[in-house]
Amino acid sequence: MRNLFRLFWKYSNWVLFILLEVFCFYLIFNNNSFQKARWINSSNTFAGNVFTTVNSIKEYFALKEANQLLSEENALLRSQSLGSYAKYITTQTLVKDTFLKQQYTYIPADVVNSSINRRNNYLTLNRGYLQGIKSDMAVITSNGIVGYTKDVSANFCTVLSILNKDAKISAKIKRFDELGSLIWEGGDYRYGLMQDVGTHIELLRGDTIVTSNFSDIFPSNIMIGTVASFTKSERGDFFTIKVKYSCNLKNITHVYLVNDILRPEKKILEERSQHD
Amino acid sequence: MISIIFKHILRFVFLIALQVLLLNNIQFSGYVNPYLYVFIILMLPFATPVWLVMLISLLAGLLVDMFQNTAGMHAAACVLMGYSRSFILKLFSPRDGYADSTEPTLHYLGASWYFSYSFILVFIHHFTYFFIEAFSFHEFLFTLTRMLFSLIFTMILIFISQMLIYKPKDSKRA
Repeated sequence: MRNLFRLFWKYSNWVLFILLEVFCFYLIFNNNSFQKARWINSSNTFAGNVFTTVNSIKEYFALKEANQLLSEENALLRSQSLGSYAKYITTQTLVKDTFLKQQYTYIPADVVNSSINRRNNYLTLNRGYLQGIKSDMAVITSNGIVGYTKDVSANFCTVLSILNKDAKISAKIKRFDELGSLIWEGGDYRYGLMQDVGTHIELLRGDTIVTSNFSDIFPSNIMIGTVASFTKSERGDFFTIKVKYSCNLKNITHVYLVNDILRPEKKILEERSQHD
Repeated sequence: MISIIFKHILRFVFLIALQVLLLNNIQFSGYVNPYLYVFIILMLPFATPVWLVMLISLLAGLLVDMFQNTAGMHAAACVLMGYSRSFILKLFSPRDGYADSTEPTLHYLGASWYFSYSFILVFIHHFTYFFIEAFSFHEFLFTLTRMLFSLIFTMILIFISQMLIYKPKDSKRA
């Protein structure tokens, strides 16, 4: 027993080293199954508050650009509001109103931290479950999609951005309704990759790419970007498309979280069908 | 003794703050992100016991992880670096050993000694971190390029900090 203890003592550093590394890798592997190891990411209060303070300073430098973007968006929304349509077909508008049921509500948020230069990039927003944020909510700007929420704390949430290995987004070419999936291969933060698009369409550079109708997270027809270039696969059956994101993720300060009111209903229904 | 501990705590807080508030925001063509905070581990006095080096490394790594959403990745790289430190110090030890209260500085042991010491340790840290982050050898060259760019940048910053903090003439003060 004593010898065993002595042996243990002799290699104590080595044992400690192994223990610490096991602990670190435990954190790494638990990071993906959310709600575990939450205290170690930036949705915790300490990191969130530090980021908020720094961000309030940083925001001053971006005020001009932010103002311009907001006023552009205001103009766009104003032009879309009912008041700015001439009343050619009064009856139809009225009927439509009683038909429609609102599916999405939007929650504005400030970006308090973001990155674009790592293989897996995240943003931190200053909204949490006290403001009605849940995980897997879409995050967009007026220019296009940004990502979706991952971990949520009381007043902050982290967003898995489209610049992440785990982000795989169902997209379509707007002109043809042709589906594909959007990923990011690392490197340049301005470009993504869209795969599995059939070659039977006459694709052109500059074609618009939007979110598809089948996305579990994103509303359909939200702008993603445009076709920058494309190549055919070796067998000639699929396009691989380089997508230029319409949203510049390097300097976003204001985003919208999309709350899908009908999502719980859809989820329950789909789960029930799968159980049968 | 107290003042030495205080100095190290101050340096720890300063370097972590510098890392998460300033250096993590350097975004240069998607490649370069220097990790100067490993300087904390490089600068611990020779006499620091290995277990303490590893615990300090773990703490530094976890703090940076917290701000980067990379749970455990920096911590794992840092602990490996802290553990390797004792072997590197033994390997490069001068004939009459190190004076206990001193720290590994550029002016105490010379540029070539300091370069090999810091380069190997920073390489260990960066290599581990970048490959854990990518979590595959699938994009090997891409990850390696990113690592090398960051490595060069970190090394430059380490040498600049050394030259800024320590005056050549009173190396004994450390």
